[in-house]
Amino acid sequence: MADTVQFDLVSPERLLTSVQAREVQIPGAEGDLTAMADHAPLITTLRPGIVRVISDKGEDEYAVTGGFAEINADGVSVLAEQAIHRTDLTQEHFKKLVAEATDRLARAQETFKNEPGPVDDAAKLLADMVAMGDHMGLSGY
Amino acid sequence: MPNLKDLKNRIESVKSTRKITKAMQMVAAAKLRRAQEAAEAARPYTERFNAVMGRLAASVGKSEGAPRLLRGTGEDQTHLLIVMTSERGLCGGFNANIAKLAKQDATKLLSEGKTVKIITVGKKGRDSMRREYGQYFVDHVDFSDVKRIGYADAQGVATEVLNRFDAGEFDVAKIYFAEFENVVTQIPTAQQIIPAKFDAPSGEDTGAETLYDYEPDETAILADLLPRGVATAIFAALLENGASEQGARMSAMDNATRNAGEMIDKLTIEYNRSRQAVITNELIEIISGAEAL
Repeated sequence: MADTVQFDLVSPERLLTSVQAREVQIPGAEGDLTAMADHAPLITTLRPGIVRVISDKGEDEYAVTGGFAEINADGVSVLAEQAIHRTDLTQEHFKKLVAEATDRLARAQETFKNEPGPVDDAAKLLADMVAMGDHMGLSGY
Repeated sequence: MPNLKDLKNRIESVKSTRKITKAMQMVAAAKLRRAQEAAEAARPYTERFNAVMGRLAASVGKSEGAPRLLRGTGEDQTHLLIVMTSERGLCGGFNANIAKLAKQDATKLLSEGKTVKIITVGKKGRDSMRREYGQYFVDHVDFSDVKRIGYADAQGVATEVLNRFDAGEFDVAKIYFAEFENVVTQIPTAQQIIPAKFDAPSGEDTGAETLYDYEPDETAILADLLPRGVATAIFAALLENGASEQGARMSAMDNATRNAGEMIDKLTIEYNRSRQAVITNELIEIISGAEAL
């Protein structure tokens, strides 16, 4: 049994990384999860957070803003809406992301006055975004 | 017979035209490489996305609970045509071919008694469709300020389209763009994006028996992913279009350069002939003048 999995991180614009990983930590919509070799097949949506890849060469972290992940016995693919290597994510860029999320919440509150669903979703997105920033020592304001 | 000075001027002007078309060809070649790279880089995402969507769509199917983006509105009355062309001309038949395909479809739909709405992306297609189909235009997206098409641009178009769908403005949406085959061939293509169509994953290699867990459940994931699928399809089409445009421009400018070269050769021969005629004439005058003495 192989103890590594093929890990691919792709965004719509390009393939960010493709490595053999020992474990991959994924910020799933319903909770974080770690995928290792021979994980049960799973498809999950993502919340904004950090994807951490641990391979023989060391650890790598990417900030993702959403998307989904497909896990099966021989590979993990993360299809992110936007993905940025942790070292490339600057305070400025993060501010923009938070501003976008804040804007989305405001618009949701306006359009869906009587439906809590979309408003809650947007609020959660913003909260997740801010939490991700806190974790990385970035402030959104 | 045109006089020598006129001929000389014409040769000079054709020469400078050739310089311009040659330069444009080289610029297009450089841009084509970049556009192709961008299209290439986006391919893994699209492929994987469609594979996952294909599986999901197959398992949820056309059941009642399926999202409207997959199932459709159950009607086939109003069609939205999204015609994607370039912002600049001088690229051969590129824009005309896309517009022609869209016009054909529009005419066919109208003759069947359907309602047609058109969104144009890119100025050139809008111009060439305005005369006949201007009254069906509902919106226009301008990319003339955009240097490099990013996913965010595609998302903007997708949001626009999805809002209209939610408002019940149309039942079926199709995008028109040119698929990049190679530098000389670009195929105008129509692709239906709403209701979404995904190729079912091909049997063995994807492991049809693999049973996936879904988190949250399949319908929720589909509802989340389908709007993204629209954006992804539009993005992929925009990138294809970008590469096709540069390819078409490159071969159009190559032709233009060659034609200018031929023209210069022809004009030069004519110039030399008339010069010779002038010289011969002068000689005859001198000789006959001398004989008369």
